[in-house]
Parts: sequence; structure tokens; C-alpha cells
Amino acid sequence: MKSRVMTYIISTIVENKPGVLHKASNMFRCRDFNIDSISVGPTEREDLSRMTITIDGDKATVEQLVKQLSKLIDVLKVSVLSPESTVVRELALVKLHVTDAKARSDIINYANVFRSRVVDVASGSITIEVTGSPDKIDAFLTLASTFGIKEIARTGITALVRG
Amino acid sequence: MVKMSGAQALIEALYKEKVEVIFGLPGGAIIPVYDVLRDSKIRHILGRHEQSVAHMADGYARASGKVGVCMATSGPGATNLVTGIANAYMDSAPMVAITGQVPTSLIGKDAFQEVDIIGITTPITKHNYQPRHASEIPNTIKMAFHIASTGRPGPVLIDLPKNVQNDTADMIFPNKVEIRGYKPNKFPHTLQVEKVIKLLTKAEKPIIMAGGGIILSNASLKLQAMAELLLAPVVTTFMGKGSIPENHPLSLGVLGMHGSAEANRLILEADVLLAAGIRFSDRTTGKIEEFCQDTKIIQIDIDPSEIGKNKTVDVPIVGDLNKTLTMLYDSLAKLLEKKEDNLWFKRVRQIREEFKDKIDQGEGLAPPNLLKKLREVLPHNSIITTEVGQNQMWASLYFKVYEPRTFISSGGLGTMGFGFPASIGAKVAKPDVPVLDIAGDGSFMMTSNSLATSISEKIPVIVVILNNSMLGMVAQWQRMFYKRRYSAVELGAYNFEKLAKAFGAQGFRIGSLEEFIKVVKSALKSEVTTVIDVPISPEENVFPMVPAGKGLKDTIYR
Repeated sequence: MKSRVMTYIISTIVENKPGVLHKASNMFRCRDFNIDSISVGPTEREDLSRMTITIDGDKATVEQLVKQLSKLIDVLKVSVLSPESTVVRELALVKLHVTDAKARSDIINYANVFRSRVVDVASGSITIEVTGSPDKIDAFLTLASTFGIKEIARTGITALVRG
Repeated sequence: MVKMSGAQALIEALYKEKVEVIFGLPGGAIIPVYDVLRDSKIRHILGRHEQSVAHMADGYARASGKVGVCMATSGPGATNLVTGIANAYMDSAPMVAITGQVPTSLIGKDAFQEVDIIGITTPITKHNYQPRHASEIPNTIKMAFHIASTGRPGPVLIDLPKNVQNDTADMIFPNKVEIRGYKPNKFPHTLQVEKVIKLLTKAEKPIIMAGGGIILSNASLKLQAMAELLLAPVVTTFMGKGSIPENHPLSLGVLGMHGSAEANRLILEADVLLAAGIRFSDRTTGKIEEFCQDTKIIQIDIDPSEIGKNKTVDVPIVGDLNKTLTMLYDSLAKLLEKKEDNLWFKRVRQIREEFKDKIDQGEGLAPPNLLKKLREVLPHNSIITTEVGQNQMWASLYFKVYEPRTFISSGGLGTMGFGFPASIGAKVAKPDVPVLDIAGDGSFMMTSNSLATSISEKIPVIVVILNNSMLGMVAQWQRMFYKRRYSAVELGAYNFEKLAKAFGAQGFRIGSLEEFIKVVKSALKSEVTTVIDVPISPEENVFPMVPAGKGLKDTIYR
């Protein structure tokens, strides 16, 4: 019986030391887990980092992934976050083609609707910063693709439990 | 606080860990440590290849239960260790490997004999360290030994840049370790214990599957008591061989691809399976989907990630096996009366009888016969190491082991060349016990240069080469499943008697079983390494056998 494939968010607290990201990401590869996104950054404590990992998998895969991650000596805490009680954010920078003045004003209007910001303007392009849930970013990208996307950079998600 | 060099701190820290012996091979990037080692009381055993050095430390660790220490230089020294480290990792052997590294100022510059051994060994070590300052060495060593020897044991590598070995610093040697990300859970959860007890008290056809974890946690006596209380037959995994005396009425022998006929049959008839310290390896279970489909499975392991990794189980318990089995036994002993006989035990005897004449053990120098006769002349506590291939599987099937830590073999990685250096390590750990390597000619050729070590260091082991001039196991597969189309398995005939003598060992080439026994008896009294070359037929197959990808029910008996 195959269980359902879902997107899981795994939040980990790890030692803030060189090589820790390599050890974790190498473990995923060795154990044949497929990472959807991974983001790493400092926490409120200087000696600790937070790694936020999203993977598409079934329940058994996620359980095994959590166990294998917890086994790493540099990993202090692993939690699977439930979507209802989690604040999830991603940042994307999107560079769009701008062919004329109308396109430019349309893009700026849409950006406002998405509560995103224009961060750079050049003669042939405009760059927008979008922050939000991955769904919101996907929606913006769908819309933006009608103008022609030159480049995208996405951070992968970062998340915290509410409250 | 005391001022000393990194190299001095390393040796001092090893003293504090009660290290008696280091297996190693020097080179440019580890000379500062070797310079200090020269004046230390720690014995150094000079290997002739780093792979062997790691296997020696591994054999030492498995025979003694202590941490095995091996050492090599940077670059090729370190990469040659890799096979031995991977071998220890797969079989959960406690090991600390020390490598030299180019100075920190040259790291990342592709310097002479530089290699990223931290990157290379990340997937095959429990953890690894590269201290960047001499003052980090004492604590690093303390942590490395703690990690290597506790929880599920395994290898830890410490890579020491040359300047870190040379630099002096104020050293603090800690008495305790504190690693915040490492807290193995020794005691099982009481709720889970209750569930197991419920299942076991109701079991009508219980069976115990004992793995290497039983040996690692010294839980053999508890395992035996548990089996007797439940009147549950015990099958072992290959790594668990020796966890119960194989002449015990409840011992069914090793299970799996080359498992005993009764083990492979009876495990499929059990209603409750108590799997202790095992990882459901493909070589043990056969086709995993068919393995114990209708059996309630209990799995005990110190490593939570082993639970549910290969097989979904009904009741998992995480804990040290000795502690967990003690808890289970104490509770069960109050609830159950010890049985002398029942229907299930009758079935065990019936199956034994059924298979008694089904397996052909040959005569004369046929390996099964030879190994049975060898068992008769060896003391019970003799340590057997094996190489990998047919020799290993014959030893597993036909050489009965009576005590834990007396059967030492490369299980997970299946490393040819393991047995001989491992036998040297085991003999260093247990100098008063006979140590024999059951070898094949193919494997022995991979590390036979360790003869130089065993002779010069006066470590008298006995090597029995079942010599079929072939890569025997591959040849068996090609015979059975590739229409006898031999491809690259014929090694040619070599005279290992002469090879042994060239190194200063005793060498014999054997013509009959009587001669073999006579030579073994005299080798047991001898104080020099003995190589016994036994020509066997290249047509010999190992049976029983479960073809790769098939289930245990598809066992072929001859």
C-alpha cells in the first residue's frame, strides 16, 4: 500500500559550524531522499543555525528522513511542521522584460496587488521582490510570465511555528 | 592546564582513553605524531597497506569490545583507509581513525598529498573532525572515543593538519564529554515494553532473530535466557553468529541467502518474531515483501533510524539491547512458566530431522566436511575470522561458534581481504586464544602482504586457504545463473606455501584431511604465523542458497 505523497516542511536546529550543511545535504543524497528546497540561516543564538527543508514524500519517507537527520551529531532538533500552525514564507526576485511604458505600468500595478515591491528598474527590464507563501509566489509568476520572465531567484521556504 | 604540542596532546589523550595499540602506517603529514609515538608506551603495529591497518583495528575492536585505533598519513594514506572505515561503518565496529592532513595554510590548494578526507568519509563515518587549532585536540579525542563506542558503535575520523600537530597550546584534558546533539537513548519506553510483553505471552510459535547488536551490547546471556523462557528457537543474522552457542538446542543457525535450511524454513512459520539488533539486510531476509508477511514483528534497536527502514514492524522499541532484554525478561519471568516442551518445539525437532540428510556435507577436503572437522580440533574460545565469498559462507554454515566475539567477518560491506588483517588485530586483542582466518585464494591475495606485519610483530595467526584458483562465489553464480559462462573468475593456481615461506611464515600445502588436521594441531602449538593452503575443487558450490531477489521459501538445498 503506497501512502499519499505530500509536501512536508522539516525544521531543524543545527550547530553553526562549517561543514554541517554538507553533512546534512550529503545524507539526503546517500539515502536517496529528494529535497524540494532547503534554506539555512542564523537563529537568535549565534552558535545555532536553522535549516528549513521541504520534501515531497509519503509518511514513511518523512519518518525515516527525520530519524536519519536526528542521527547526525551536529543536528540538535528536528521537527515536522504542520501547515495549519506554521508561518511559511519564501522570497523571490523576478526580473521581467519591459517592452513599453504600458507594460511597465501594468507590472507595477500587479506588483502592488501582490503587495510586492519594485526593487530595480532598467531600460529593458524591471525586477520585483515578492514575499509570501510559495502559492502566492507561484501565482505571481504565472501572471508575470505573460510579460516574459528573464530570470528568477527563489530562496526556498523558511518557516516558524505560530505562537 | 599544560603546554604541549598538538601531537603530544594527541598521544596524551589516547593514553587517557586507555589505548594500548595503534595500527598504522606513517607518511609526511603525520610525522609529528609518529615522533611523539616513538617515546610513548602505546604499541604501534606497522601495517603494509592502510586498508589492512583499518581492518586490523576493526578485528581488534570486535574481538575485544574496545575501540580500535588506526592511523595513516594524508592523501593516499587516508584514501587507502577508506575501505576499512566503510567496512567498520557497515558492521558498526567501534573505531577511531586518525589521518594526517596538509597544513591549514595549504588546505584547498590541491597541495601535495592533499585530499578532502572529511568530505570523502562523511557518508561512512558516524562523525568526523578536523581540528584547526592544537588546543582543540584533547576534547576532540574525548568526543571521538565517546561517539565511536556508545549508542550504535561506529568509526569516527579525526583529520589533523600538520601545523596543528606541531603548534603548542595550553591543553585542557576534559574528564567528561558533553555533545549536545548526541544523546543515545539506552532505556526503552515502558509503554512499548508492555506491548511486547503482551505479544510474547500470547505467542504460540515465537522465534527470535538475533543480530550483531546482541554481540555489541554484550546481551548474549540475556538472549539465551529469553529463548529458554519462551522456548523460542533462535535464528541469527550473519552478524549475529555467536550471539547464542550454536550447539544450543534452540539455535537454528544463520538465516538468509546462505542460511541454514531450518532457519530459513521455521522463520516463515513463526507467529511472533522478536528481531533484536538487526537491520533486515537484503542478504538476510531475501525478497523483503515476502519476509514474514503474516508474522507480528517486534524490533529492538539502539538506533531509531533502523526501525522501519527496510521493514515495517508492529512493535518498535528503541533501547540498548542488554537493558531492554533484561527488562523484558524480568517481566516475562513473572508471567510465564518455563516450558520443557510444546508443539512448536516439536515442530523444530521435526524440521531438523527433515533436513538432516538433505544437505550434502561431502567428505575429505570438501569445505563443509573440512570445517566441521576443524571445529572438533579447536578450543571452544578460538576466534575465527573469514574472508569474503564462498569461504565465508561455508564458515557461516558449517563452523559452529560457541561464544560471542569469536566469529569476525565482513558482513555489510563484504570486503575481500578483510579476514587476514582482522585476524592479526584479533590476536593482538586476545594473544592467548587461537586465531584462524578462513580464507579464499582470491581474498587472501588482496591483503597477503600483511604476512610481513604478522611475522615482524610476532603475531602468530593461522590462515586456512580454501584454494579453488577461482573467485569462487562469482564462479558459482556464473555456473548456476549464467550457463557456466565463466567471465574473469579464473585466477590461476598459486603456491601459497612458498609465498608464506618467503615472508618467514610456516607454509603447508595439504593433500588429505588427516594431513590437514595434523598441520592445524601443530600450528596451534606454534608461535609463528602458519599458512595452510588447501586445494579444493573449483566446482564446489555453497548450499543452501536463496537466489538473489527471491524469498526464503525459494531456498535451494543442493
